[in-house]
Amino acid sequence: MSLTRWADLRRFTPARVGLGRAGTGLPTAAHLDFQEAHAAARDAVWSELRPEALGLDAPVVQSAARDRREYLLRPDLGRRLRAEDAARLPRTGGVVVVVADGLCAAGVQAQAVPLLRTFAAPWPVVVALQARVALGDAIGEAMGAEAVVVMIGERPGLSAQDSLGLYLTWAPRPGRTDAERNCISNIRPGGLTHAEAAAKLHWLLGAARALGATGVALKDEMPALPSLEGKG
Amino acid sequence: MAFRHSVAGTTYVFDDLRTLLARATPFRSGDALAGVAAASAAERVAAQRALADLPLRHFLNEAIIPYEADEVTRLILDGHDPAAFAPIAHLTVGGFRDWLLAAPPEALPPIRAGLTPEMVAAVSKIMRVADLVSVAAKCRVVTRFRNTIGLPGTLSIRLQPNHPTDDPRGVAAAVLDGLLLGAGDAVIGVNPATDNVEQAMALLEMLEAVRERFAIPTQSCVLCHVTTSLRVIERGAPVDLVFQSIGGTEGVNRSFGVDLALLREAREAALALKRGTLGENVMYFETGQGSALSAEAHHGVDQQTLEARAYAVARAFAPLLVNSVVGFIGPEYLFDGKQILRAGLEDHFCGKLLGLPMGVDVCYTNHAEADQDDMDALLIALAVAGVTYIMGVPGADDVMLAYQSTSFHDGLTARALLGKTPAPEFAAWMERMGIGAGEAIPERLSPALIGLA
Repeated sequence: MSLTRWADLRRFTPARVGLGRAGTGLPTAAHLDFQEAHAAARDAVWSELRPEALGLDAPVVQSAARDRREYLLRPDLGRRLRAEDAARLPRTGGVVVVVADGLCAAGVQAQAVPLLRTFAAPWPVVVALQARVALGDAIGEAMGAEAVVVMIGERPGLSAQDSLGLYLTWAPRPGRTDAERNCISNIRPGGLTHAEAAAKLHWLLGAARALGATGVALKDEMPALPSLEGKG
Repeated sequence: MAFRHSVAGTTYVFDDLRTLLARATPFRSGDALAGVAAASAAERVAAQRALADLPLRHFLNEAIIPYEADEVTRLILDGHDPAAFAPIAHLTVGGFRDWLLAAPPEALPPIRAGLTPEMVAAVSKIMRVADLVSVAAKCRVVTRFRNTIGLPGTLSIRLQPNHPTDDPRGVAAAVLDGLLLGAGDAVIGVNPATDNVEQAMALLEMLEAVRERFAIPTQSCVLCHVTTSLRVIERGAPVDLVFQSIGGTEGVNRSFGVDLALLREAREAALALKRGTLGENVMYFETGQGSALSAEAHHGVDQQTLEARAYAVARAFAPLLVNSVVGFIGPEYLFDGKQILRAGLEDHFCGKLLGLPMGVDVCYTNHAEADQDDMDALLIALAVAGVTYIMGVPGADDVMLAYQSTSFHDGLTARALLGKTPAPEFAAWMERMGIGAGEAIPERLSPALIGLA
């Protein structure tokens, strides 16, 4: 069948194609669709994580950033653990999971607990507020962890405001760079499923343990998963 | 050498040129993050006054990043042309601002090779938005590959048809959407979701097929790393333009995995393909304030001066297109709409004055304090300033990079408001193809012709 209507282009891409036009501008409905998506993304950035509502038996720490505005302006503070928080953390060793708000607390609030359950591992959990990925290095060091998994809210886009990332760092300590981590991103309904993310995390952890390192030295050579939910 | 100036009974001292430049910079979050911003409004204006009194000649005697330590400094100072500098050699920075505001357009190209990026950054720091617009509007920079970009009265658009998984049909659908809205004369340029050779080859071949099927007088580009471009050129892929992100210090360029020698090699490889029909501008560069701080390679220099130094890198390679990705780097560098607006106009002004075909990605991320109204204000100001090109993204929403840029509609609006046209070859093609204001897809642009059915 040959396509003749402009709007038919939409079947090929999630991009905002085939919107038509009003003069040179956007038709009203398309304009307000955009505003609605942007509003959702903005609210997600400024959302606050409510640790008590997660129902986890986990210590709660906060980075040196005092609030969202400071968090956005000072990434260095979001990577720094307050001394009083470091002193409170138990020295567990092993693998530690940090549930961090990142740039999207709303996504973490919704997905953190079910994703932790999917890991099916007895790892201790710490909840971290106003946290950047590298805050996990300080937390991992304070807990004597062999590896830290930072589960963090990703920057919201217009099409997804609930996406999580997992960052795995072997032998965490402040000063580690992003090149020394492995990342699993776009974990959300419609993106990477929890089961896929958990399988990948366990594979990476095994490879990291064998190699004694994460990051660029650890190539993701995990065999393809069988299709879990019939995604063509 | 130290500089000093008194404001309201307090004397402010600035230890060296890079400190003076940083303290004179209109406030932005990235300079505060780097710890180089003025501590008060009074200190800032004291620095601006001291800077205004500084002879332009001084910039040839004091490098803000040592010559021995940085190949970008060497490029800038070794390439300086004293003859081109002669007409303005007697001026201070403040005098240069007055000279620029009064100069006729034809006076500007002859001095380009006599300007260092630090001189240009310095004068921009004591200019208002209207100054940045009116001087930039006098700059003429024309480049060519398969069409002519930058002629007076034109505004070109990069068609940016990104897709979250690089699906070729999804990219093709966005290309067609953009063409139907008059975008694509600057370049049809895809940011790949994954930077590897196979992906780049597949996208390049698809773009080439679309361009040939519709006989579009434009160029395509897959914005992969320059080393990926070199590999795909070796493998015979149809590469029109070689893309690379660049910055204003050797260190930031190293963090991008490039140096000047590698850029030279890439340009020569692209030139050897001889694919340009009208000209030999084969490079496409992107830049952005804050990238050097992000890479911890800023040497205590403010982000806007470093951005201008990136343009000195760009102009050594005669690019077809250069754009700042002004609002993309993040709110820790440019926090809100006000900071993004000024930075976008500074970047355009500095690039144009140095002789670059300067475009701007008028954009923001969702964690910046900005919205569509801020982008409209910047777009309109840039269009008045004669910006060479802007981005065109379906509905302003980049579904791969998760940020907001200008839409195809925004491009049409800017052209209509100011009576601007696309590049002439592209405008003639649009007419031939029957692209107009209607809702129907002209038969000559049927989706079936590019495999969309």
